Amino acid sequence: MKRVYLFGTCLIDNYYPEAGLDAIELLSLAGFESVFPQSQTCCGQPPYNSGYATQSAAVAMQTVDTFLYAEYPLIVPSASCAGMIKNHYPVLLRDHPEYEKKAIALASKTFELVDFIVDKLPYHQLTSNTPVTAALHQSCSALRETGSAKSWIKLIGHMPHVTLNLPCYAEECCGFGGTFSIKSPEVSLAMTKDKYEHLVATKSQTVISGDCGCLINLKGYAKKNGLAFPHQHIASFAKQQFDEANS
Amino acid sequence: MTPFNERIIEALETPELRSNLRGAMDFLRSKRSLSIEDYALWQQHQDIATDVRHALPQQLPELLEQLEQSCTRNGIEVHWAADASDARKIFLQIAQATNATRVIKGKSMASEEIELNTHLEQHGIESTESDMGEFIVQLANEKPSHIIMPALHKNQEQIAELFNQKLNEKADASDVDQLIGIGRKVLREKFKQADIGVSGVNFAAAKSGTLCLVENEGNGRLSTSVPNCHIAIMGIDKVIPDLSSLPSLLYLLTRSATGQEITSYVNLISGPRKPDELDGPKSVHLIILDNGRSSIASDPALAATLACIRCGACMNHCPVYTKIGGHAYGTTYPGPIGQVISPQLDGGEEHNELLNACSLNGACGEACPVNIELPDMIRELRNQRSAAQPNHTGEKMVWHAWRAIHQSPRLYQLTSLMMRIPGLSSLLFPRRWTKGRTSPTPANNTLHALIKAKTNHDNRDPQHEHK
Repeated sequence: MKRVYLFGTCLIDNYYPEAGLDAIELLSLAGFESVFPQSQTCCGQPPYNSGYATQSAAVAMQTVDTFLYAEYPLIVPSASCAGMIKNHYPVLLRDHPEYEKKAIALASKTFELVDFIVDKLPYHQLTSNTPVTAALHQSCSALRETGSAKSWIKLIGHMPHVTLNLPCYAEECCGFGGTFSIKSPEVSLAMTKDKYEHLVATKSQTVISGDCGCLINLKGYAKKNGLAFPHQHIASFAKQQFDEANS
Repeated sequence: MTPFNERIIEALETPELRSNLRGAMDFLRSKRSLSIEDYALWQQHQDIATDVRHALPQQLPELLEQLEQSCTRNGIEVHWAADASDARKIFLQIAQATNATRVIKGKSMASEEIELNTHLEQHGIESTESDMGEFIVQLANEKPSHIIMPALHKNQEQIAELFNQKLNEKADASDVDQLIGIGRKVLREKFKQADIGVSGVNFAAAKSGTLCLVENEGNGRLSTSVPNCHIAIMGIDKVIPDLSSLPSLLYLLTRSATGQEITSYVNLISGPRKPDELDGPKSVHLIILDNGRSSIASDPALAATLACIRCGACMNHCPVYTKIGGHAYGTTYPGPIGQVISPQLDGGEEHNELLNACSLNGACGEACPVNIELPDMIRELRNQRSAAQPNHTGEKMVWHAWRAIHQSPRLYQLTSLMMRIPGLSSLLFPRRWTKGRTSPTPANNTLHALIKAKTNHDNRDPQHEHK
């Protein structure tokens, strides 16, 4: 099998590790063997978006070194972190002569997970699955950084038993935005409340998304208010469909 | 709590404002997208307009010089204002020289920027806003909450109530035509009495010395043609080389702003009344305002701020603006472009805190018809702000520590382990987050640990094999 690097991202690493394992399974279904370097940490986006580019660059260089060691494509189960590497590393590291070229090289071999596998999965296996309804939260990064939202919709479109619902104001931010949710908590929360209500209004069995930042944010809001929020990373949801088909 | 945060909370706690905003934004967004029928044509115009507007910062000195020469040739008197106080002084001098006591104003954000109305009132000159939205806002002693739709924070009921109170009318909230009729009746008299008409400028063509002004109510045309004297006020960034790019700029501006294919009125003003003409102002003045713009032009990372054509699409698509409205920003220009330009204008440092109210969701940059990367610029302004902070500042120290941890795989994994000590993980999330959200609980094991335990994955890592 061809090899790929998997960047678990710090949020999946700590809060949704099963999504990382499921990503590895999906990659395997698509014909790829995942290599997970233990030296990976974070893409550096939190300080980058907060205006601390120097601190971000130091961590970005560590990520570049980790994933440029071999020529494998880099697969990221997060549009946000994939977008950081693809679109922002070359800009962030342009003043570091040694790393600018490396950043461009890494950017060109980095793919959001679903973008990479959407056309490579054995959907023909999914013939007798139980019907399920899912609301999709397209993250801002998937819509406007990597364009992966299209692949997410396409992936679910290949699963005939899944009814996909998009909430109204589907393209509006969930209010997370990293440190935005700490620095402007009131307006952030108003956005989160809206997003939660629009997702719930689709009356779907589960909410899926490919970005854990948004999911942690929405779950945190729901939990604080004693509300239910059944949700899954899109990798876990997809992997579950294939598991069911093969059980 | 900062005054900005207090204003945000006040806005969020006003349900009527929230629903007025949502309604107005839905309306403007859908009108805009319906007006873009031919996307290929849209892109053609976008390319032309983007080229012209992004080349501007480099060409400013030459273009402005040329504009002055052309305008002077056309009989327009040109005045240079370094800052807001300069612009006010120049205006007052012109008004006093003609013994003017009454001013009628078309919509102009530059005049808001220099707080012209307040200044004129202080010197005994009556200034009346003639754009219906601006008229409503002035009547309510407020400021515009949007650069295109100044009164969009108000609904019909609120406007009828205002007219009944301030104009002693019997306005019917359900009849928009009647409401507008009431305003027009008042304004018609003001037009007749005015000594000076004021306008903004959408674009000023340097080659021909032409001032372009778009509007929908005819009030701009009346303000610039009925009174004996017309004073136009523009920021230096409104200059364009010539009229050749104007069709593209207008194509984008009217569609992005109001979803119109063209505004009801497009005025091209090229000078005062000529000897053989029957109407028009006897004198035309152009006040060209810098107020910090030339220093924006000299910062390559931020110069694109000046490419803005003031269509308002960024605010119409901003989820933060949609929640809090324009007044909460406390600046002349609200929304994403306001967050970018306000801290950069003269005396704008206090507006740095606006930079916090952005989730970098990218909707504004996507909506911008002239491709201004507003999210990148907000990030750049955040960088510049933090670079100016002393090293011991709280947030800087947090990111220093963060870097130390994430630069070292060992420290990172150790921190991940420590997060799993009961009670410690919630410390990562400050109270400002946990007030409205429960902090997430770390999974029992990290992905790092699960993979290490599950297979001998390490052996597949060539870096590891190497060691």
